[in-house]
Amino acid sequence: MTRSKAMLPYVVWMALFIVVPLFLVVYYAFTHTSFNGAELTFANFQRVFQPIYLKVLARSLKLAVISTVICLLLGYPVALVMAGNAFSRKSTIMLLFVIPMWMNFLLRTYAWLTLLERNGALNQLLTRIGLPALNILYTDYAVVLGMVYNFLPFMILPIYSVLSKIDQGVIEAASDLGANKFVVFMRVILPLSLPGVVSGITMVFMPALTTFVISRLLGGGQYTLVGNLIEQQFLVVGDWGFGSAISMVMIILILISMAVMSFFEKSEEGATLW
Amino acid sequence: MVKFLQRTYVYLIFAFLYAPIAVLIVLSFNASRSRGTWGGFTLQWYVELFQDRVIMSSLYTTLLIGITSAVIATVIGTAAAIGIHNSRGWQKKLVMNITYIPVLNPEIVTGISLMILFVFSKVQFGYLTLLLAHITFNIPYVILSVLPKLRQLKNNLYEAALDLGAEPWYAFWRVILPEIMPGVITGLLLAFTLSIDDFVVSFFTTGSGVSTLSITVYSMARRGINPKLNALSTIMFTAVLLLLLIVNLRQAREEKKGRRDNEQEKGFRIIGTVDAAGVDSEWVQSQ
Repeated sequence: MTRSKAMLPYVVWMALFIVVPLFLVVYYAFTHTSFNGAELTFANFQRVFQPIYLKVLARSLKLAVISTVICLLLGYPVALVMAGNAFSRKSTIMLLFVIPMWMNFLLRTYAWLTLLERNGALNQLLTRIGLPALNILYTDYAVVLGMVYNFLPFMILPIYSVLSKIDQGVIEAASDLGANKFVVFMRVILPLSLPGVVSGITMVFMPALTTFVISRLLGGGQYTLVGNLIEQQFLVVGDWGFGSAISMVMIILILISMAVMSFFEKSEEGATLW
Repeated sequence: MVKFLQRTYVYLIFAFLYAPIAVLIVLSFNASRSRGTWGGFTLQWYVELFQDRVIMSSLYTTLLIGITSAVIATVIGTAAAIGIHNSRGWQKKLVMNITYIPVLNPEIVTGISLMILFVFSKVQFGYLTLLLAHITFNIPYVILSVLPKLRQLKNNLYEAALDLGAEPWYAFWRVILPEIMPGVITGLLLAFTLSIDDFVVSFFTTGSGVSTLSITVYSMARRGINPKLNALSTIMFTAVLLLLLIVNLRQAREEKKGRRDNEQEKGFRIIGTVDAAGVDSEWVQSQ
């Protein structure tokens, strides 16, 4: 087949700009460069496991998990409603979930800066209706809020797309056989929607774990997440070895969480990673 | 009653998603610099926005990189999709897996790995590095939008053209390309949008003096609130709205044309538009 040669430029491109760079990350993570040249070392990884950096990792994991859980709790009902018959023009309404996602990510995060400020719109509203002002800007709450706001559509869309494909006959069959609504949901709809839940969780958890923008803008300078740590190593400190090692640990964390997810998802869809 | 509750819940989520944008839009016309009070209607911030040299030059960079990277990625990606479609076995598997790396890899890792590569190969950071990085993360999305169109293609169409005496290239231009054009254009638009929306990869691969809109917004937002950013948000939001409207009108027209498409293909299209911004669930489906 000569037509398969059409992918040659692409293969060369990806080898050069995707595969080689990833090997370079691995190379830097395992080497220490001194006057005698580069030598193999595990020091970078040992540093990652120092308490101060483990704390950063734990904190990133915690915030990412919290955001993912909130997105799931908020998003699943939305997907369920959208897949039902509460709305007639479904595709138009689904589009409304997509539109905010297409606005610049930085500007969306910046919007919360204006809202959450001490004299911001939210506090103005709260004082007007007689409630105490909230000062959550530059705290974990603001970071989680920013993550949920930015990533919620990523949870809704895959769940919706799976739910809307469920054969109505299966649900009717379950109720004909005497299952009430709750049982139908627990025993039929929920298990069938798991592939969507899994891909939603992945799509929220990954960016939440690796972000450094949301934590930098809404969390203020002192709230460091693993993304900020990597950014600092490369752009401020210049310690590529350590930065590469943290990146690798982060990738491993993601791979583990994806493996766990596909273990939970018993259907064959999405079970293989590579 | 249940329906009413369901609708109310969805409307509340919409309020959550749109309130921040609405507040920014209102504030972009607010004459008072302090956010809390309404000081009357003004277009002052828009005027200042267009007079801001830094913002205007980063807008230019964003569009330049967006258009160039989208066009180059579309050419390479379309060719790649045709190649992948016509290859078999381990080759196909390997190439598809490489295609998913930039889609699944955290952006920050793509960013730092490219930064290391560029420093390593002593390329000067600036337009060139930015362009190379954007092409790199764009190509997979072009491939993923063209491939389904190729799968829909009737196998013997190309052979029929050859049998009728067309040269392979001519057959490609006159038979294959028009058939897969919708996918190619979706890929192009997707690539362009991803490019202008990107921050993380650009942040690590740009040089001093060259800055995209996202990078400028980041450095301005880090210094706190700036009314010019409100005006910018309003313009960007309107632009996105218009762009999406065009894309969806196109899709609606297409859908009318090809009602024969099976359900799965339809579902794919919805997701295809949707996951421009992130990891795709279509990957899950394709496995």
